[in-house]
Amino acid sequence: MASLISCPHCGARPKEEFTIKGAVLPRPDAGAGSEAWMDYVYRRDNPRGAYREYWHHTSGCRRWLVVTRDTASHEVAACQDAALAKRAEAQP
Amino acid sequence: MTSYRLDKGGLVNRTMPLSFTFDGRPMQGFEGDTLASALLANGRMLVGRSFKYHRPRGILTAGSAEPNALVTIGRGGRTEPNTRATVQELYEGLEARSQNRWPSLDFDLGTLNGLLSPFLGAGFYYKTFMWPAAFWEKFYEPLIRKAAGLGKASYEADPDAYEKSWAHCDLLVIGAGPAGLAAALTAGRAGARVMLVDEGALPGGSLLFDSATIDGRAATDFVRDTSAELQSMPNVRLMTRTTVFGWYDGNVFGAVERVQKHVRDPQSHLPVERLWRIVARQALLATGAEERPLVFGGNDRPGVMMASAMRTYLNRYGVAPGKAAAIFTSDDSGYGLARDLEAAGVDVVAIVDSRPSAGMDYRGKARLIREAVVCGTKGHRAISAIEVRRDGRVETIAVDALAMAGGFSPIIHLACHRGARPLWSTEEAAFLAPEGLRGLEVAGAAAATAGLAACLAAGAAKAKAILDDLGISCSPAVFAAVDGDEGTPPARPLWSIPGIKDKAFVDFQNDVHLKDLGLAVREGYGHVELAKRYTTSGMATDQGKLSNMNAIGLIAKARGVSPAEVGTTTFRPFYTPVSFGALTGAHAGRHFQPVRKSPLHDWARKHGAIFVESGLWFRSAWFAREGEQSWRESVDREVVNVRQNVGLCDVSTLGKIEIFGRDAAEFLNRVYCNGFLSLPVGKARYGIMLREDGFIYDDGTTSRLGDEHFFMTTTTAYAAGVMNHLEFCAQALWPELDVRLASVTDQWAQMAIAGPKARLVLSKIVDDDISRAAFAYLGAKEVSLCGGRLHGRLFRISFSGELAYELAVPAGYAESIADILMDAGAEHGLQPYGSEALGVLRIEKGHVTHNEINGTVVPSDLGFGRMVSASKPDFIGKAMLAREGLTAADRPRLVGVRPIDPATSFTTGSHILAKDAEATLDNDQGYVTSSAFSPHVGSTIGLALVKHGPERHGEKIVVWNGLKDEYTPAILCDPSFVDPGNEKLHV
Repeated sequence: MASLISCPHCGARPKEEFTIKGAVLPRPDAGAGSEAWMDYVYRRDNPRGAYREYWHHTSGCRRWLVVTRDTASHEVAACQDAALAKRAEAQP
Repeated sequence: MTSYRLDKGGLVNRTMPLSFTFDGRPMQGFEGDTLASALLANGRMLVGRSFKYHRPRGILTAGSAEPNALVTIGRGGRTEPNTRATVQELYEGLEARSQNRWPSLDFDLGTLNGLLSPFLGAGFYYKTFMWPAAFWEKFYEPLIRKAAGLGKASYEADPDAYEKSWAHCDLLVIGAGPAGLAAALTAGRAGARVMLVDEGALPGGSLLFDSATIDGRAATDFVRDTSAELQSMPNVRLMTRTTVFGWYDGNVFGAVERVQKHVRDPQSHLPVERLWRIVARQALLATGAEERPLVFGGNDRPGVMMASAMRTYLNRYGVAPGKAAAIFTSDDSGYGLARDLEAAGVDVVAIVDSRPSAGMDYRGKARLIREAVVCGTKGHRAISAIEVRRDGRVETIAVDALAMAGGFSPIIHLACHRGARPLWSTEEAAFLAPEGLRGLEVAGAAAATAGLAACLAAGAAKAKAILDDLGISCSPAVFAAVDGDEGTPPARPLWSIPGIKDKAFVDFQNDVHLKDLGLAVREGYGHVELAKRYTTSGMATDQGKLSNMNAIGLIAKARGVSPAEVGTTTFRPFYTPVSFGALTGAHAGRHFQPVRKSPLHDWARKHGAIFVESGLWFRSAWFAREGEQSWRESVDREVVNVRQNVGLCDVSTLGKIEIFGRDAAEFLNRVYCNGFLSLPVGKARYGIMLREDGFIYDDGTTSRLGDEHFFMTTTTAYAAGVMNHLEFCAQALWPELDVRLASVTDQWAQMAIAGPKARLVLSKIVDDDISRAAFAYLGAKEVSLCGGRLHGRLFRISFSGELAYELAVPAGYAESIADILMDAGAEHGLQPYGSEALGVLRIEKGHVTHNEINGTVVPSDLGFGRMVSASKPDFIGKAMLAREGLTAADRPRLVGVRPIDPATSFTTGSHILAKDAEATLDNDQGYVTSSAFSPHVGSTIGLALVKHGPERHGEKIVVWNGLKDEYTPAILCDPSFVDPGNEKLHV
């Protein structure tokens, strides 16, 4: 049964409209070495608590979002456009 | 009407009699009856047989917790097994049938199970049917399934409609009893958006059978006035026949509304059930309390009923439970029932009170037996006497009805659906809702508040507190004085009763009795979760609404601990069973998933296309012609015609993506493993897209139509996935790139025109010069068609290995252009070809699809190693592609394979073995990824991924089909069976 996700572009929408990709991790440089790439592609933490994930509003605005949710309580703490999140991180 | 219907009283409409049948026997009831009340009014005590022992069972409750009175109603596709007679509203012509009996309800051979009961105790199937193991599937299980059971589902399709809906409110009030009505009234008057939801046909809850008065008026009048006021408020929605069945994340509640389950002929423009998802800022649980049965011998005999149920049938439906009733009570609520029974003229033979003194003064006529218990009952198909035990002596008293009042358990299921555990209160002798819930409050009897006035006040006060939190100012609704308020103090639980001889049932629906629980504790299954599974207590469709509390109490007693220490099992949705129809909603049959039809669908159909479902798409597989005996005949003809003349194939299902922006070329350069920066305007290029782990994700051609404008095609299957992936790359990975994407799969129709005469045909409708010199292989440009009447896009690309083009036109013109092409091509032998021929042509040419790109291959496996750019600083998959295992020399790589004897063949999926090698895992050399009959070669051919494949052309091997244990001698070869020098492409 659905929870609602507050898309920054569309407002509160049922979670069935979204597709979850997984953890938000910075993509390493091509030459970052095999350990960094193994971490990026395969290894995942399984935290109890806050977790940042990429969600795609597939059946809505088709924007990729960064959803911060609590894996224990399922509460969504934040929902941000992924492009804005990336740009914000890029700025010191 | 029969003698059990009282002359007056109740909320049934006596001017509207209804006819119905039970096991074929005609009976009469009134509008406002449930099936249960109507059966009782007709003197029908025995309504079902129990699950395991086939004991006669009657009606135990008057609500949704009913474990016994399960019947099948309706016929054909509307057959509904396991319907609780206690909640099914009566309608004219209702057909009900009893379940789990053979040959008939009154004479059921299954009762023999009762004699076997020593073998059917807790865990019996773990013990009795252990050995021999082979007997389980063939013998024991079918036998048990036949003997123990519920109703049978219909095999006919459900003719009715269902739908789903969303609702939003400030306050959701669950339960329209005293507390719920008071809360809704308080919030409604304050202007809040309120939803008041109740599972019953009428709002009111316990007020519908309460004999108390409010302001000197009957409780039912209070309900009517309050409902009318609520319904007059535009901000309040009162929903009856609606069960809130689950509490979910984000304060979303699931509910099912039975829109037309109470009518004989559902109207087709309305659903029969509607599934609601209710988003509530705050919710108030006012679900009341469930009365607990008492666990004594023969407590399941028809005629034994919950005291509150008996009162409901008496006061709400005007039905007497019998002529001579007894009441077995452990709290004061039994006395209120006694008073009402006597007022209605029913003889109360005895009140058996387990306590030394009652809290309530009783001045009725019934014989009051204190400090006593009912330890057994007698009777064949219904109760005829009770055995009352006092001071160790047993007295038999003749009765035809017995009420049991074991105290009340708050109904807190929903409060526990999100993981919080209920808390035991010694003071209330009950499990209460967890504390500190967010978004949900509990009021009234659900919070162990006793008494009508107290529940009204509590509902109003809770609503005010909630609205204060929401920032909506209000004052709590105030109610006039209540007269006759019973306010029963909590019962001291009476878990066990001395002197029991017959089975004393704890879980009526699953036939779990007292001894089963004792056995579970003795055998080491005393943990509440283990005891549940070992005895199956609480695992029936009623989920132990009546039984769980008694089971916990009895386990606690057997273990010598408090119920707090035993704890409860986990509460999970659904509160009551929800039909698959409601959960499915409108997504049934063809509406289960959308059908995608190509814009050339109708064109293909008129040329005799046989369609195949490919994902959501319907693709033309081949075009049968008159006289052709098999699909192979058609496909072979189409293939030969493409190689000799020219064919037209609908490739509109390919994914198509427009890519714009200053950085579009750079973007493509990063998402493909091969280079795209240097692609000139007017050219197409084959591209391979990798996943970050280095394996190939998808392939397709991308054409540059302008400096900052590209047009990408993807495979049919991965069209949506590639779009999502590109959006991820553009938005999440590289938002600094100026690139815009638009899916145009549905906007463009695309057709392949392939064969040596393709240019001759196309020249007749394309205005531009498409000669070899002017429009060479891999050319891509916008073209004018039919004398400038339409513009399309022409790509000189080939999947078949022939001189070939793909022409894209706006989807709406697809059929017209295909018709014009067919006319233009008639003199050159143009024929349509389908996806089967497309497949044969590409296998002959050694072109790969997702048969080969199966998630295990990297570019070099398919001979594309040199395409992978070594100069690009980065692209998706670059880093991981360099891994040791992905560059190993012995990786399976693409190779052709054909049988040595052309009369033999092999199938896709078969494995490759070295000649004379045994079929073992160690000897496995690879496997066939694609195969087809090739008219060009004259035999089956295949593509395969084989270790060192490209170095083994000419080697004789064996193709092994492990499913059929077939060995086909074959030879490895160049995967390009046709024109390996690619001369045809460039003509």
